Amino acid sequence: MQKFTVLDGLVMPLDRANVDTDAIIPKQFLKSIKRSGFGPNAFDEWRYLDHGEPGMDNSKRIPNPDFVLNRSRYQGAQILLTRENFGCGSSREHAPWALEDYGFRAIIAPSFADIFFNNCFKNGLLPIRLDAEKVDALFKAVEATPGYRLKIDLEQQSITAPDGTVYKFEVEAFRKHCLMNGLDDIGLTLQHVGEIKDYEAKHRAAQPWL
Amino acid sequence: MCSLPHAKTYTLWHNRDLLKTETVQAKQLMSAQTLYDKLWNSHVVRQEADGTALIYIDRHLVHEVTSPQAFEGLKLAGRKLWRSASILAVADHNVPTKGRAQGIADPIARLQVETLDSNCAEYGVNEFKMNDVRQGIVHVIGPEQGATLPGMTVVCGDSHTSTHGAFAALAFGIGTSEVEHVMATQCLLMKKSKAMQVLVDGALGKGVTAKDIALAVIGKIGTAGGTGYAIEFADSAIRALSMEGRMTLCNMAIEAGARAGMIAADDTTIDYLKGRPFAPQGELWDKAVAYWRTLHSDDGAQFDATIKLDAAQIRPQVTWGTSPEMVVAVDGRVPDPATMIDPVKREGAERALHYMGLKANTPITEIKIDKVFIGSCTNARIEDMRAAAAVAKGKHVAPNVKLAMVVPGSGLVKQQAEQEGLDKIFVAAGFEWRDPGCSMCLAMNDDRLAPGERCAATSNRNFEGRQGQGGRTHLVSPEMAAAAAIAGHFVDVSKI
Repeated sequence: MQKFTVLDGLVMPLDRANVDTDAIIPKQFLKSIKRSGFGPNAFDEWRYLDHGEPGMDNSKRIPNPDFVLNRSRYQGAQILLTRENFGCGSSREHAPWALEDYGFRAIIAPSFADIFFNNCFKNGLLPIRLDAEKVDALFKAVEATPGYRLKIDLEQQSITAPDGTVYKFEVEAFRKHCLMNGLDDIGLTLQHVGEIKDYEAKHRAAQPWL
Repeated sequence: MCSLPHAKTYTLWHNRDLLKTETVQAKQLMSAQTLYDKLWNSHVVRQEADGTALIYIDRHLVHEVTSPQAFEGLKLAGRKLWRSASILAVADHNVPTKGRAQGIADPIARLQVETLDSNCAEYGVNEFKMNDVRQGIVHVIGPEQGATLPGMTVVCGDSHTSTHGAFAALAFGIGTSEVEHVMATQCLLMKKSKAMQVLVDGALGKGVTAKDIALAVIGKIGTAGGTGYAIEFADSAIRALSMEGRMTLCNMAIEAGARAGMIAADDTTIDYLKGRPFAPQGELWDKAVAYWRTLHSDDGAQFDATIKLDAAQIRPQVTWGTSPEMVVAVDGRVPDPATMIDPVKREGAERALHYMGLKANTPITEIKIDKVFIGSCTNARIEDMRAAAAVAKGKHVAPNVKLAMVVPGSGLVKQQAEQEGLDKIFVAAGFEWRDPGCSMCLAMNDDRLAPGERCAATSNRNFEGRQGQGGRTHLVSPEMAAAAAIAGHFVDVSKI
């Protein structure tokens, strides 16, 4: 997993609440048995005017000029700014895979759906919860300022705006540690094999029908 | 708990002594516990200082869409499967619902299903293959087989895993990285959620179902209302539900934002499980039942939030927008965004009405439909089939309805329905009777809406494009879907 320490990145505003994982990566792309290559189909139904299917040459498709992802000023964005309940719906990890493959490293929103939030951390993607008023202020600033960038420092748990405003954010200590060091959860858990086996033996003695 | 100088690992074995305890936690354990507390505490292997716990997983359900990358990850890292017997696998999302003897036409979908087959063969995992009568939607077959039992932790790479909480289990959806984590370690790293209690008291009116309770709850608290919570549904209206109804309700906990929904075990739970293939038998059954009877919230248990609904006030529900919280009673009207104060909500509603091709203030019963889908992990069990058939019996699908399809949740549901003659009722009424799978709930296979088509669906999500790009979904109960198929527009089943 990619480490996340400090990111100074261009911000893209996606001004919608309740963006679901079906919108982030539509179902037809879930037929892939790979973990990579979903970026060109992130937000497929909003991003292109024609219908997308796996295996198509996306460079030959018709982009939707009204969708924010296609606007030239946001090309190369690494930070996605959005509204409440981002990532709701399906548990598909293809959603963070698609966002990460597109080039995003952080998402800022007032709230996230639980499963999506969790999946982000497994893929080097930092989801940041900020109060709705602060998110609103950032939306105004991004739209008013071409080339608007934010500096995210995970160690400091801070976001610094170009005008010097600093927004602090919360992140669970364990998730922060794993993300900063690019740690593989499975490797960490397997350090406790003895405890798991011990638990398992007792659990099965207590509930032998399992 | 921060008052302690250091956090110790603690582990509790149900019906046994507390082995190592942390004082504060021990105190909590001795006081009244919620069902969620009991399920959580009995699965903690170890706990970190910040509260992140290693939770043991009893049952792992696997399907073709979210597992190939997990199996691949195991292989690449040279890791073994911790406990193959904990896994039950089935292909459901990509399988065709007709012409199954010819196999899967789409080569990409076929490869995904074949990949599941080969992974299961290689790792010795129990899989119900496409043409096995026990095949079906993963959240239908788990309980049907007795593979979901009270007191278990149940996970699956699918958000509707909350369904299994109907059996007093702690069940929730996970991503593919966590699928791999469970395969390799039989555990998950997680923090405990807050506990919410949803109390539904009284008797449901005629034509009102568990689906309507689910939609009414989501309408009340919103699709993010349960975020960060595990929800326990309780009180008289919940106790009166069958296991099928309880599964429908817990299934949609995720649509309220809660990863897990659950209901205490009682006679209904135990009667449902008796004699199922994976359920314990004989002496073990008696032992298990004794334990299962402890799986309820204690009197005086504390919840972080409580929501109350009066069952008698719940009307049949119909969604009008592109989020399950955009829902009204069938005798209501499409709301007017202009009356909404919150700008984010108003813009969301305007966008939804535009997508749905609806005008504000239109009576719900004047909305005409093009297709009907009766199926999904929410509503494709035998009771759902019976309820829809009772409405369709002796009638015919309206001429403006291009397709009305019934997709049973499993081969065994299909078989049972056919023994009861339900298939004949549906076919005589002009419905198509299909083979089991997820089908048009998410339209990964060939069952999908064309752009602009409007569908009465018994599934769980009305997101943009969910049932096909440009498709328009209205979520309803099986009774309401069947009645809409017959009338060609929504009708109030309580008045039929």
